[in-house]
Amino acid sequence: MGLLARALASELTGPLTRRFADHGAKDLKPVETGLVMLRGRAGGDGAPFNLGEATVTRAIVELPGGERGYAHILGRDAELARLAAIFDALWQKPDQRRTVETCVLEPIASRLEAARARRSAEIAATRVDFFTLKRGEDEP
Amino acid sequence: MYVAVKGGERAIRNAHALLADRRRGNRDTPELTTAQIDEQLALAVDRVMSEGSLYDRGIAALAIKQARGDLIEAIFLVRAYRTTLPRFGFAEPIDTAAMTLSRRVSATYKDLPGGQVLGPTFDYSHRLIDFGLETEDAPAPTAPAATAASDAQGPSPRVTDLIARDDLIERELAPRPGAPVSDITRDALAFPAARDARLQNLARGDEGFLLSLAYSTQRGYGRTHPFVGEIRFGEAAVEMFIDDLGFAVSIGDIALTECQMVNQFTGGDGRPARFTRGYGLAFGQSERKAMSMALVDRALRADEFGEEHKGPAQDEEFVLSHSDNVQATGFVEHLKLPHYVDFQAELALLRQLRRDGGAVAEAAE
Repeated sequence: MGLLARALASELTGPLTRRFADHGAKDLKPVETGLVMLRGRAGGDGAPFNLGEATVTRAIVELPGGERGYAHILGRDAELARLAAIFDALWQKPDQRRTVETCVLEPIASRLEAARARRSAEIAATRVDFFTLKRGEDEP
Repeated sequence: MYVAVKGGERAIRNAHALLADRRRGNRDTPELTTAQIDEQLALAVDRVMSEGSLYDRGIAALAIKQARGDLIEAIFLVRAYRTTLPRFGFAEPIDTAAMTLSRRVSATYKDLPGGQVLGPTFDYSHRLIDFGLETEDAPAPTAPAATAASDAQGPSPRVTDLIARDDLIERELAPRPGAPVSDITRDALAFPAARDARLQNLARGDEGFLLSLAYSTQRGYGRTHPFVGEIRFGEAAVEMFIDDLGFAVSIGDIALTECQMVNQFTGGDGRPARFTRGYGLAFGQSERKAMSMALVDRALRADEFGEEHKGPAQDEEFVLSHSDNVQATGFVEHLKLPHYVDFQAELALLRQLRRDGGAVAEAAE
């Protein structure tokens, strides 16, 4: 679900039409956008406090076989949430799980990993080693 | 007292149409897209999200466009928008120690585990206008060449945790599971306010107001002898407990700036001397805001440490009642709305006083 929440719509629409065109999923509830209150902790590790809200969109779908798929995704993209919920439901079907993993989840994971690696390499170029002068600690 | 007025509908409609025209500006200039605002005015978007108290880059960018770049007006629009949406629930507290870091600096330790990375920063820049940005066809800038993986960021524990290992800094109160968390968007602030309510108030408070208060503490109006233990900016995962599922799921990532301020040590009465702390956390890359918040958070803890009140930054009611720029702008700007009846009443009173010959001093009270 963490991967589906970070998917691009194109990463879900393609596999859905190519591989699962007959998914037959129905919305159990209309897709809805609302708020989630985000929380931090005093000092980073202390008591929680309310930091501010974020938009979140949720979808609940059901496949003809009764599998229910859920999606909660930051943002307001109703179609993305619905697609993610459909794949959450499809993943629960034992005969589909492998296909969902190889055609949908793995490509998302590798894109995220590549982006993370690229960014951390760019950031690493700004690694800084400050040194202090005339403190004597480096002298023999 | 404000007495309503009627009339002016046509003039108001036309004024709004004129505003829309002026917002668009010269039609020979290409129209701004919200994607351009999001990407290229990213720090304005961050500020509008922080003080609008709503993490949604698209809404913030749209609000900035609609407000013609007036950020407080944009924050007002975002605050109004959030009231139109239902609240689904609360996220799990964000683990800032696990952030994917884009920047991490410490002014207290030069060699800290995980190291320091400057990331994208205005620090150390010369603040010279770059006329190269004036031309649209200038070659695109390139990110620095990637560095070997060995230099990649390792685990980066919070600096305050490092100092805490030697028991040289106060520890945050251990979170009590299930304890209620104040929410100033649902329950009006009461004084004295709990630290969670104060932090929420400061997190959505006006950057300029908090910056000035923070500055005032440095100039002696409630000194707290601060060091930047650490500033980190990066992305953190948001998890939310879903009742239907019975477990928490990751719903996406948000960008955050965290500031750990290490302050004046206290001790005595059998307690060893320890540094104290102030904390700042803001959406996006909002360093000035997070630092100001941390300084004001610490200043507001004056009573907790038995410190003498020497400045407005230590006055909880003053700070928390005036930090919200939407409230502030509402009350200040309402003065320009028609107050004809009010003013007529004052005029009549003044004329009456003149006729009665004096007693102005008492009446003016």
